[in-house]
Amino acid sequence: MDWSLILQWGFLIALLTSAIRLAVPVLLVVLGEIITERSGVLNLGLEGIMIIGGVAGFMTAYFLETGPMADASGYLYSWIALLAGVIAGIIMGVIMSVLSISLKADQTISGVTLVVFGVGLANYLYRQSFSTLVASIKGMPLVPIPVLSKIPVLGDILFNHQPTVYMTVIIVVAVWFFLFKTTWGLNIRSVGENPAAAETSGINVEKTRYAATLIGAALVGLGGAVLTVVQLKLFREGITAGRGWIAVALVIFARWRPKLALVGTLLFGLADAAQYRIQALSSVQRGAGSIPYEFLLMLPYLLTLLVLYLRADQQDAPEALGRPYDRSA
Amino acid sequence: MAEIIISSATPKARLSSRSVLKFVAPLIGAIIGLLIGALLIMIAAKDPIAAYATLLEGAFGGKRQIQETILRASPLLMMGLGMTVAFRARVWNIGGEGQFFMGALLGGMVALFFPQLTPGLMLPAVLLAGAIGGMFWALIPGILKIKRGMSEIITTLMFNYIAILLMEYVARGPLQEPGGYLPESAKFVSAARLPGLFGTRIHFGVFLSLLFIPVIYMLLWNTPLGFRLRAVGSRRSVARYAGMSVNASILFAFLFSGALCGLAGLIEVSTIHFRLKGSISAGYGFTAILVALLGRMHPIGVLISAVLFAALDIGAQSMHALFGLPITLADAIRAVIVLSVLAADSLSHRRKD
Repeated sequence: MDWSLILQWGFLIALLTSAIRLAVPVLLVVLGEIITERSGVLNLGLEGIMIIGGVAGFMTAYFLETGPMADASGYLYSWIALLAGVIAGIIMGVIMSVLSISLKADQTISGVTLVVFGVGLANYLYRQSFSTLVASIKGMPLVPIPVLSKIPVLGDILFNHQPTVYMTVIIVVAVWFFLFKTTWGLNIRSVGENPAAAETSGINVEKTRYAATLIGAALVGLGGAVLTVVQLKLFREGITAGRGWIAVALVIFARWRPKLALVGTLLFGLADAAQYRIQALSSVQRGAGSIPYEFLLMLPYLLTLLVLYLRADQQDAPEALGRPYDRSA
Repeated sequence: MAEIIISSATPKARLSSRSVLKFVAPLIGAIIGLLIGALLIMIAAKDPIAAYATLLEGAFGGKRQIQETILRASPLLMMGLGMTVAFRARVWNIGGEGQFFMGALLGGMVALFFPQLTPGLMLPAVLLAGAIGGMFWALIPGILKIKRGMSEIITTLMFNYIAILLMEYVARGPLQEPGGYLPESAKFVSAARLPGLFGTRIHFGVFLSLLFIPVIYMLLWNTPLGFRLRAVGSRRSVARYAGMSVNASILFAFLFSGALCGLAGLIEVSTIHFRLKGSISAGYGFTAILVALLGRMHPIGVLISAVLFAALDIGAQSMHALFGLPITLADAIRAVIVLSVLAADSLSHRRKD
């Protein structure tokens, strides 16, 4: 395989652009989980919530695009589909919240089971609606930002994306602001660090955790919908490929902070993008030295392990993370 | 579970509403699960009663069907028992799927590279290799957990994906059947295949799984090691304070559950597939987790859950054949059952006597 191909500008620009787009769904999930975990709830059901958001979004987009009002306004349907993903995420979030907060079930068990439920349900709904048909949708157009996208190199990489990418950047800032500059955010964080003290100072721990979990789940569902509706424009069994779980690790890597989450997911996006492109390159040039694609597919998972290894000391975790709060205790 | 903390005298056991709920919880869970399943079936515009009748028929309707259900329950049982040991120590080994694959891989490699072994040697060799393969795959996450405190949920999960990819590579590449064009290895020699017994398709692996039921029970409740495992699972900080080697117990939990999952994987390829390929598991790893949870982490419960879930799977195939209902419906129903049981369990714990 000719490795020097990688050092060409075209390749690098395409790689970085792709990295940003691939990072977006995971970033949304990570942001959602940061909010949830900051309140002390460990929501491990991300993979399930993400794929439910994905199937809800995709099916909404498909049926809107092929339904009776197929030709109505441009790409409005994609946005409605994303909303469907958010709602689906919230519904899954309700299940998790009730189990973890009101019923005080073991959050690890709830989360893992929710994943199996979500994945099974998503696959069922998809297969039920499409049987063997391989469906795809239009997705969203690229929206280059007027002046900035003309900048050589950087313009292509940073300012020539689908609207959801720009939206996500805004969400990163919004989450950061929400968590660290508002009273609500302070409430969430105090509930996560010391729920007993928070309760004494008048904060309703249960309500706060519910809110945090549902907001988080909404973002997770959105992430799944962005994956299927905007990025891949199709749905398949196992389409999330463990991204929900990788997000759990990335939250740890990001030290529960939105800004670091951005960095972490970009790294992951880079690994993902690299793996696709190297596959494409090496399939064009068969022969000795080409890496078997299975090993390239392992990259995101290996990177996650590395990331976890480096952040092994969880000094920054919210103190009360994963522990159900009992007011009467 | 063992109570290490000295507690005040407990009143004589009485049939409180709490204990009744605990006993009845799995039943409630199963009913709710089946109800939601019926809902899903109705979404598909099919008759749930007819569908469920087909499910029962498909799972238990005849000798052949019952055999299929037993064959499907066997790996679930073995892996579920392994998970039980791990979960009792609060070691969340979610990597059963990966350990399944690695056990199959290592055992399969023994079968493929040493076809000349006599049957007397071959069978123990591949079985051992299967267990070792699974054990090895659980070893690394175990060490990472002990040395670096890395969450075993994520590490074992990542190892799942890596194992499946590894198997796919091996089956497509180095070990691919010479001259063949499917991504699978050559067939194992007959010495490496576990035959059906007594004229049925029930094989030695089924009996091995059943054998593990009393073994696990005795391990957990009749040995000091089992006591330590359960102590580490319920009161880890106290166990540490009492001088128990928590890390050794955790590592054992990893290795033991990994070994059983690997063994299950090897048995699966030796009895069903007879070769290595990427599609040897029907998500057994995750189902086994649910089996252990629904079975309340108790060997008998695990047995019942394994049979129940196997029946759901096999029955779902009939539902698919007759009604076109996707097989993944079984996944959803299973998970709802466990979620409902979780909820019922938690409700029963909330009532402090």
